[in-house]
Amino acid sequence: MVPGAFNYHRPDTVDGVIGLLGEWGDDARVIAGGHSLIPVMKQRLSDISHLIDLGGVGSLKGIGVDGGTVTIGAMTTQHELISSDALAAAAPIIREASLQIADPQVRYVGTIGGNVANGDPANDMPGLMQTLDATYHLAGPNGARTVAARDFYEAAYFTAREDDEILTAVSFAATGGGYAYEKQKRKIGDYATAAAGVLLSMDGGSCTAASVALTNLSDTPVYCEAAVDILVGSSVDDATISAAVKAAVDVSDPVADTRGPVDFKKYVAGVIVKKAIQSAKARA
Amino acid sequence: MNEATPPKEERSAALSGLGTSRKRVEDARFTQGKGNYVDDIKMAGMLFGDFVRSPYAHARVKSINTEKALALPGVHAVLTAADLEPLGLHWMPTLAGDKQMVLADGKVLFQAQEVAFVVADDRYAAADGVAAVEVEYEELPVLVDPFKAEADDAPVLREDIADQKEGAHGPRRHPNHIFTWESGDRAATEAVLAEADVVAEEMIYYHRTHPCPLEPCGCVASMDKVNGKLTVWGTFQAPHAVRTVASLISGIAEHNIRIVSPDIGGGFGNKVGVYPGYVCSIVASIVTGVPVKWIEDRSDNLMATAFARDYWMKGRISATKDGKITGLHCHTTADHGAFDACADPTKFPAGFMNICTGSYDIPTAYLAVDGIYTNKAPGGVAYRCSFRVTEAAYFIERMIEILAIKLGMDAAELRVKNFIKKEQFPYQSALGWEYDSGDYHTGWDKALKAVGYEALRKEQAERVEAFKRGETRTLLGIGLSHFTEIVGAGPVKNCDILGLGMFDSCEIRIHPTGSAIARLGTISQGQGHATTFAQILASEIGIPAEDITLEEGDTDTAPYGLGTYGSRSTPVAGAAAAMAGRKIRAKAQMIAAYLLEVHDNDIEWDVDRFVVKGSPERFKTMKEIAFASYNQAIPGVEPGLEAVSYYDPPNMTYPFGSYICVMEIDVDTGTTEIRQVYALDDCGTRINPMIIEGQVHGGLTEALAISMGQEIAYDEQGNVTTGTLMDFFVPTAVETPNYQTDYTVTPSPHHPIGAKGVGESPNVGGVPAFSNAVHDAFRAFGLTQSHMPHDHWRIWKTAESLGLHD
Ligand SMILES: Cc1cc2nc3c(=O)[nH]c(=O)nc-3n(C[C@H](O)[C@H](O)[C@H](O)COP(=O)(O)OP(=O)(O)OC[C@H]3O[C@@H](n4cnc5c(N)ncnc54)[C@H](O)[C@@H]3O)c2cc1C
Repeated sequence: MVPGAFNYHRPDTVDGVIGLLGEWGDDARVIAGGHSLIPVMKQRLSDISHLIDLGGVGSLKGIGVDGGTVTIGAMTTQHELISSDALAAAAPIIREASLQIADPQVRYVGTIGGNVANGDPANDMPGLMQTLDATYHLAGPNGARTVAARDFYEAAYFTAREDDEILTAVSFAATGGGYAYEKQKRKIGDYATAAAGVLLSMDGGSCTAASVALTNLSDTPVYCEAAVDILVGSSVDDATISAAVKAAVDVSDPVADTRGPVDFKKYVAGVIVKKAIQSAKARA
Repeated sequence: MNEATPPKEERSAALSGLGTSRKRVEDARFTQGKGNYVDDIKMAGMLFGDFVRSPYAHARVKSINTEKALALPGVHAVLTAADLEPLGLHWMPTLAGDKQMVLADGKVLFQAQEVAFVVADDRYAAADGVAAVEVEYEELPVLVDPFKAEADDAPVLREDIADQKEGAHGPRRHPNHIFTWESGDRAATEAVLAEADVVAEEMIYYHRTHPCPLEPCGCVASMDKVNGKLTVWGTFQAPHAVRTVASLISGIAEHNIRIVSPDIGGGFGNKVGVYPGYVCSIVASIVTGVPVKWIEDRSDNLMATAFARDYWMKGRISATKDGKITGLHCHTTADHGAFDACADPTKFPAGFMNICTGSYDIPTAYLAVDGIYTNKAPGGVAYRCSFRVTEAAYFIERMIEILAIKLGMDAAELRVKNFIKKEQFPYQSALGWEYDSGDYHTGWDKALKAVGYEALRKEQAERVEAFKRGETRTLLGIGLSHFTEIVGAGPVKNCDILGLGMFDSCEIRIHPTGSAIARLGTISQGQGHATTFAQILASEIGIPAEDITLEEGDTDTAPYGLGTYGSRSTPVAGAAAAMAGRKIRAKAQMIAAYLLEVHDNDIEWDVDRFVVKGSPERFKTMKEIAFASYNQAIPGVEPGLEAVSYYDPPNMTYPFGSYICVMEIDVDTGTTEIRQVYALDDCGTRINPMIIEGQVHGGLTEALAISMGQEIAYDEQGNVTTGTLMDFFVPTAVETPNYQTDYTVTPSPHHPIGAKGVGESPNVGGVPAFSNAVHDAFRAFGLTQSHMPHDHWRIWKTAESLGLHD
């Protein structure tokens, strides 16, 4: 399997990228790590004749922690997310989740921007961004705008990003309290059978804030509002956890594939969400 | 012994002969990326071929339009069946006596079937050409379930032979039926089963999987029109057989065909057969006059080249109340896909499936195998096993467990009670094999002790109680397996492939200065032949292994042999090496006697030299003898020191072993954790313990893959759902557990050095060990049988069906 012929561009500014996207329209696509895009091109599933490499745009890289806000440039690799101690201090769930993505080879190249912009429900970062209530920063011909991660995903591979826009960064508030990202997969290098991200803050035996989101259990990542409502204000005892798990599983909508049938996936989703809540509580 | 002669042990050690863990001589180039694989071959003017493949599992091909493809820059030719037909090459014979379409002839019978072959400047231009070929299909009803193949409304797949009532292996009762093969005494077996105290019955499915070698299949074909010589470099596990077949089907004289297997990146049976890619590359080279390369990609390999297994084995096993087995009945439905392209010896259309009485003294048995056509890829190759031996071993090792459940007996005890005893060898099995040697009880006891079997059973019982009390959600499985293989095909009297007897060969030349080159009819694909065969020769002829160059795989230089698969290299070519070595020694003895001025009978062999009996100070080393053979006129002896041996083995060899796996199973997620894998192998004489250990590790890892997740699965439309490595499970280091290896040594009585072969044992014995562990974990909850692969969702379904979820 080899891709068809394409032209390769490597601009060094965001404006340069936007300009090229405007010029080539539907025939153009930006490439970050290429670990999702190149397989698609090899299978000739999409006809891309202009590839715009974001690798030359220095401003898209880097991790900043500033006054409780974390900003990560789109071209930051998963490996860089894992190696950043500042990030691990500000939002340890990122490292925990990133270490469960694919394998080291993929993580050296795969980027956070490509992972969240792609709209693949199997990717882990979109679910993680739901958990973090992140903000996506987009740039396009009409300037910059932001979209909440929780509003970004419309359906598999359909997002709020316009074709002539790119994602420049994600940002979110540094986290306190407990956290967990739990994932079941068949093997190293596999996407999730079911995965869940949880943040949980406890004060005086009572849950003051929580967040629960699911990966690969629907055609978009799922933020589980009902589960969060059950958890907040409770003591997060076994009965509450069971109720929250049920609420989370109820909003999942997995499809059968080689990882298994729907009843199995929903059951495992319950197990995973439960583990994640318990683990987050233990760390809170 | 005079002062100058080092002690025997020292001289022996200097040879790195039998029993030495000599480092693999191949590894220096492989670990430095200096191997020479087919895709490394680049020739001036070479073109690249690629296939248009069918998206459908069953369809009529209404038309093929190549115009747009031919108009693309860089595309030189597009071959279709219509182009091959005048050459008689649009179909080709399979190794199983069937025929297979080279390119779709009017219809396609499986997804990814080869429809047209595009020849272009490079692989990019070829892929563009493939995308531009327009094929009009008319979809036909698809048959994926072999049990529906003979239904009234079943679609007829092979219209070419629909009316043929007689196939290569006897009568056919339906257009989708290929053969029925029987072994043993049916009436006697039925009688035994009817009278038995206890009969256990179960359907055992060994699912479809794929050898998936790291390097897929490929070749470079080069027709030299000046001298009329065709050279094909390719991923061939049997280069000589390929040459003969190529000559027979192309009409090119055999001396004008040279087949070369360069380094091969794993075969595991996948590279035994002949594929359309080879035929099309050869034709394309003839047509274009330049070399043509064809290399599959991963999905092509998984979806179109030979699969393995896919045996539905319905078993009945009977025993007395106290657990003495009295009879075994097996009816197998074998899903062969669209063409019967198994690579079995001609007289064995179901391979050696009739080794299914396993390690047990079963007095009466019967086996019938029905081969069936379906809309799936052809194959049925021996994936790291001797022909269908993995299926047989899995079948009997499951049936033993199921019988133990029925009897309420411990499965280890049931095995001990029924093992063939040491004193019964050579043992005549009810299905016609003569087991050469064995000592099952010794290894088995050693294995049980090594894992602490009794304590494990106690722990397991406690775990079950804890589970019932709600204190844990994991169960403990103890997977037992005792396998007996039948390898080393084989005696020419009953083993041939396309009429070519399954002997093998070795030719050795000693150079004047005492080093040597040896060539064999086999071909290493990772087994380390250059290391181990040199060790056999070192021990036989007394020159250090490092002074012996080993060559295989070039039909212009290597002696004729049937290649490497079915663990046949050591039993057959290894024996030929030993015999060739002995011929060298016999001639060397005459030369030494002449040089020492004594009678031949007055000297004796001593590690690396001939010594005058009773006068150890008078000797000639092999090195001295070699030089003399080139520079002295010795009366009655031809100059030079060379020998060739063609070895026709008198019997197969029967390696065996005791494997035990201890596994933790999470009933809620279906995930597993392997706690211990103990593998005791008896492969007879051990040539290189380190290589044996490596082979066992590799084979166990493939067994782990197969039993725990690896499969070629089809949906109802005949689409392959596991056609990439995302879904087709190949374990990484992370999934691979630690292995504990052990051994006993029971030499083969008929093999010149007593060796039996080991490369495939761990796959044969490993699969039942892993699968039995899963089953055993659920035994306390009433499970008798669940089908592999035991991936997360299937284990979860088992737990669900047993009511273990709330
Ligand atoms: C074997 C394997 C296993 C994997 N397993 C996992 C896993 O377990 N979990 C997981 O989350 N991921 C997994 N991945 C995916 C991996 O993390 C990818 O790297 C990631 O999804 C995409 O990142 P990328 O930088 O490679 O993007 P690319 O492949 O370069 O791009 C992906 C898509 O996003 C678009 N895009 C990229 N960057 C931007 C941007 N800044 N703005 C707008 N659009 C953009 C591209 O145009 C393209 O359509 C796996 C990949 C492989 C090959």
